[in-house]
Amino acid sequence: MFTPHTKNEIKEMLKVIGVDTIEDLFEKVPEKHRFPELDLPEPLTEMELAVELNEISSANAPADDFISFLGAGAYNHYIPAAVDMLLRRGEFYTAYTPYQPEISQGTLQSIFEFQSLMTELTGMDVSNASHYDGATAAAEAANLAYHFFRGKRNKILVTRAVHPQYRETIRTYMYGLEDVVVFGDEEQAGFSPDLQNTLDQIDNNTALVVVQYPDFFGRILDYTKLIEIAHARGALVCMVFNPTALGLLKPPGEFDVDIAVGDGQPLGIPLSFGGPYLGIFTIKEKYVRKLAGRLVGETVDEEGQRAYVLTLTAREQHIRREKSTSNICTNQGLMALAATVYLSLLGKKGFKQVANLCYQKAHYAAQKISKLEGFELAFPDTPFFHEFVIKTPKPVFEMNFHLQNHWVLGGYDLNQAYPELEHHMLVAVTEKISKQDIDDFVLALQEVTND
Amino acid sequence: MNTPKGLKYAKTDEWIKVEGDQAVIGITDYAQDQLSDVVFIEFLIDEDDQVSKGDALATVESVKAASDVNFPASGTVTAINEALIDEPEVINNDPYEDGWMVKIKLDDPSELENLMDAGDYESYNEEREG
Repeated sequence: MFTPHTKNEIKEMLKVIGVDTIEDLFEKVPEKHRFPELDLPEPLTEMELAVELNEISSANAPADDFISFLGAGAYNHYIPAAVDMLLRRGEFYTAYTPYQPEISQGTLQSIFEFQSLMTELTGMDVSNASHYDGATAAAEAANLAYHFFRGKRNKILVTRAVHPQYRETIRTYMYGLEDVVVFGDEEQAGFSPDLQNTLDQIDNNTALVVVQYPDFFGRILDYTKLIEIAHARGALVCMVFNPTALGLLKPPGEFDVDIAVGDGQPLGIPLSFGGPYLGIFTIKEKYVRKLAGRLVGETVDEEGQRAYVLTLTAREQHIRREKSTSNICTNQGLMALAATVYLSLLGKKGFKQVANLCYQKAHYAAQKISKLEGFELAFPDTPFFHEFVIKTPKPVFEMNFHLQNHWVLGGYDLNQAYPELEHHMLVAVTEKISKQDIDDFVLALQEVTND
Repeated sequence: MNTPKGLKYAKTDEWIKVEGDQAVIGITDYAQDQLSDVVFIEFLIDEDDQVSKGDALATVESVKAASDVNFPASGTVTAINEALIDEPEVINNDPYEDGWMVKIKLDDPSELENLMDAGDYESYNEEREG
């Protein structure tokens, strides 16, 4: 419940600070800016407002109204009904770790289970209790590396095949840190699967190398050599992974990466027009004192019973202040719970099955589309998971516009983020897409090409 | 509380002891007691670093807090007690001997004159305790 201050309390507080009225606090703001006239429409009644908001929201269309081949970082997977049902239980329905955490043993236990699942999925040693999304998790990796080297290594190297928005978020987080450069993803760097361009740029001032797996174009590249070279030159490596892909692929931990991050949205979290999503952040144990965010540990209480606590909190900003790795002292609790429930429901076998279905269906689609006249795979010799790039005979935005008339959401127009990739569509296929859907998509592509 | 004579003390609870042209630095018995069980130390400097009085030399983390340890004088770092990284509890058990943290070559030995001696430090602590 919100309890406002009483007049007497306000008076008392003002007296302590030594001013007479609240307005006195704003004296430093020039008078003409203090109470600006806002050009706002007349207030509406609740009923009028509901009508207006409904009108606005009807301009949106849920992905499930279409056959969707749109991915590029957020994927339309099937979510078992039990996920939402458990999520909405009053005991769990909060976005954050509670401020008096140990009293909420159930919440802490669910976070502990989440952490355990994430370490099992990635093969890494430690997982924190989550971040906002994959992009902020990647940015926290840059933060960790910067602090690990105490600012003595100032280069963050990212490949051009890392999600453009992740690269942008890393730059935002690094902004203002003295001397830090985020580079390696310029247009001329290209995205050759041999990674030579990136390898050449790793030196003894490189704090972190960021790669993506599968990369933004869906390709599965072998990072073994890159990781060896980075480590030989003393740099850390962060792998941005897709959790669904780990149902089939060798996990980041086996590549010996230092940090592995990803977006947990594919694990039972709806697209919901872009969020809230879930940042997964895992590390080798060596970096645990530099880990950002919350961490739940298992222990025993004074009666010897199993109990959960927030642990290693002295890393965090509320204790270490400006010396902490990050200003994040929270987690994406509800979304982490969704991922936990999702993975528990699917189990190891079900999860692998989802990954395998995505893989097989995507390959069927790629094969069919590449046979269409005017279409070809952009990277025909590189293995891919459930996303691939096709060269299209017409601009992608134009094709996508027409595809909507066939109730198809086409793939991501790569030209938006890559000026050099005109007529390149990034197509994602999940287990929700049937063979019939793919065949319809292929037909629709043909039709809109001939339009 | 143990406050050995012959050492110099800073208000931020570091001790410094001159040995020839070098000086050894650590935290005081009072400081380790305030921190409670030390579980981790992270050194923030490397050997041969030029450091100034007031610079942070390490972060010491206990079960209830994380605190910086500062250089009580300026100089060049000549040694770091890396054994503490594996056994940070030595800082609690033996703050003045095995619990030493770094050695420096002093830029200006007269800088130590501004620090407290054992007697002053004891009264300073009594004052703080109220």
